[in-house]
Amino acid sequence: MSILVDDDTRVVVQGFTGSEGTFHAKQMIDYGTNVVAGVTPGKGGQTHLDRPVYNTVAEAVEQENANTSIIFVPPPFAADAIQESADAGAEVIICITEGIPVADMKPTYHYVRKKGAHLIGPNCPGVITPGAAKVGIMPAMIFEPGSVGIISRSGTLTYEAVDQITRAGFGQSTAVGIGGDPVIGTRFIDALELFEDDPDTDGVVLIGEIGGADEQEAARYIQDHMDTPVFGFIAGRTAPPGRRMGHAGAIVSGGSGTAEAKFEALDEAGATVVKNPALIGETVKETL
Amino acid sequence: MKLHEYQAKGLFRDCGVSVPDGIVAETVDEAVDAARRLEDENDATLFIVKAQIHAGGRGKGGGVKLAHSVEEVREHADDILGMDLVTHQTGAEGQTVRTILVTEGVDIEQEYYLGVTLDREKSMNAIMVSTEGGVDIETVAEESPEKIQRVWVDPSIGLQPFQARQLAFAMGLEGDAFKQAVSSIRSLYQAFEETDSTLAEINPLVQTPDGEIEAVDAKVNLDDNALFRHPDLEEMRDLHEEDPMEVKAGEHGLSYIKLDGNVGCMVNGAGLAMATMDIIKLAGGEPANFLDVGGAASAETVEAGFRIILEDPNVDAVLLNIFGGIVRCDRVAQGVLEAAKNIDISVPLIVRLQGTNAVEGKRLLDESDLSLRSAVVLKEAADEVTAALGEA
Repeated sequence: MSILVDDDTRVVVQGFTGSEGTFHAKQMIDYGTNVVAGVTPGKGGQTHLDRPVYNTVAEAVEQENANTSIIFVPPPFAADAIQESADAGAEVIICITEGIPVADMKPTYHYVRKKGAHLIGPNCPGVITPGAAKVGIMPAMIFEPGSVGIISRSGTLTYEAVDQITRAGFGQSTAVGIGGDPVIGTRFIDALELFEDDPDTDGVVLIGEIGGADEQEAARYIQDHMDTPVFGFIAGRTAPPGRRMGHAGAIVSGGSGTAEAKFEALDEAGATVVKNPALIGETVKETL
Repeated sequence: MKLHEYQAKGLFRDCGVSVPDGIVAETVDEAVDAARRLEDENDATLFIVKAQIHAGGRGKGGGVKLAHSVEEVREHADDILGMDLVTHQTGAEGQTVRTILVTEGVDIEQEYYLGVTLDREKSMNAIMVSTEGGVDIETVAEESPEKIQRVWVDPSIGLQPFQARQLAFAMGLEGDAFKQAVSSIRSLYQAFEETDSTLAEINPLVQTPDGEIEAVDAKVNLDDNALFRHPDLEEMRDLHEEDPMEVKAGEHGLSYIKLDGNVGCMVNGAGLAMATMDIIKLAGGEPANFLDVGGAASAETVEAGFRIILEDPNVDAVLLNIFGGIVRCDRVAQGVLEAAKNIDISVPLIVRLQGTNAVEGKRLLDESDLSLRSAVVLKEAADEVTAALGEA
């Protein structure tokens, strides 16, 4: 088993015929992901990469039984694309697009929740269940099927962690890049809950970074609800204060945006804290 | 993107917030003219001369002065214009003041805080008020959080009048001042929404002895991702307020932040870049910068990155850390070799390439006559940094 994507995943690619969409759709198909259709408004009826192109997500869902969408639509139109997917009944919506205005994401976030769909991202590398489905832009060759779940706010740092874990002799049940934006569809706690309920995930690696308080929220969840061991790394111990996080963002979360505060919260919650990013794989190996 | 106080006040005023009259000046003569106009048109007898820089804490640093006459405005303007204003947010070298705002002075009965920002945990905007105005709101949040009242705005229905009333009641106001505060709250929220801000703040919002509510200071941070639909706001960008190297890096599509350490680094991806800075510290060095080359680590961007890092005289070594996904490591290696032809890299260079075509990339580097230390896994890179610093 796994979370979010598996052998039953049927993918529709939004922004299918654009250069990004085309490149990554091809990579996903090569990996063996079941890409069933694409959507580009105005190009319905065409065929692209041997797949049908539809004008709307609703048609792709109706005609091809698509249950998962991945979005490569430019930032000004991406929030609309997410809403269209949710409205069409997609169960999992993965938004790769970077640079969506925060104001667009606030109503979109609440709309997707109301529809009961899982939104991953935006500004994320996607989701992969090795050996079953890659719905994202990550380099496939570093992943191996296995039992370690990965949740990360970053792209390349996720690859770094995955590579170390694979080298340590473990594979991944599912790796989820939740994205680095202030408003994201799936937060650490949401992904932790899914992994806790997955019998094939024996441990979870959580990769956070400075800013916000999602990691503290995750720590509370770990303490109260999780039996699966969690390993935590937070990037940015050496980052200067005040450069990435907004001043008033700090006040709402009670000034808890530092790496030290997040490490401390995870440690107190019983997670295994990894302070050296070069030792993520080794630490997992020693414990599991 | 940050705005100056005078720009933020302009935006707030356009939405109906009451702001004391003020005029921007770039020379002492302009400041004197501004004061005379305020005297003639508003019968102003009290003036405030305010340095316009993006950092907070201007008052404590001597950048905000009260004047009782036009002559006093001249003296203060002369002192403030051109000064290197040092505040807790500028660093020791301070920020040169090029613009001042001359405003009509306001008698203050009571000071409040009013601000709008995103609450990330709820994915909703929060509006906050506090009776501890004029004080750094983060300090209030830490020392007396009960003095901050907030409401959250449901994005599907927007700010409701009852919420603005809740906040104005929490400020302890009544009568006409209450009505004015409700109006200020709704106007500020409208400004926040219309400008795609991530922060809109009035600190202090004051009540005068006559019961008038006025915004004495104003702060706005805009969402960079939304600037494409606000060309008028983008024009308000003041490059003087930004680090010239950071601006230059931005022109090459690089995200660069200068730090005080001795080991420079160039990395693809923000998270990995922060982790690389952490590794440098664990390896016995201090990071000299944050530099994310983004998704396209081409020969041009790598060369631009080296030039920017090496302009910092404190740099004793440079670590290039690339995890290739879409970016192919052999391409990056070629970029490094080409860049090295054009610039003199006089400090030890550690290159760590991992991911797509990492083996080919390492071979290219090892076979070249470029003197560098190459690594595959992150731990090796860290050890090479330690070794390089030992020799430096």
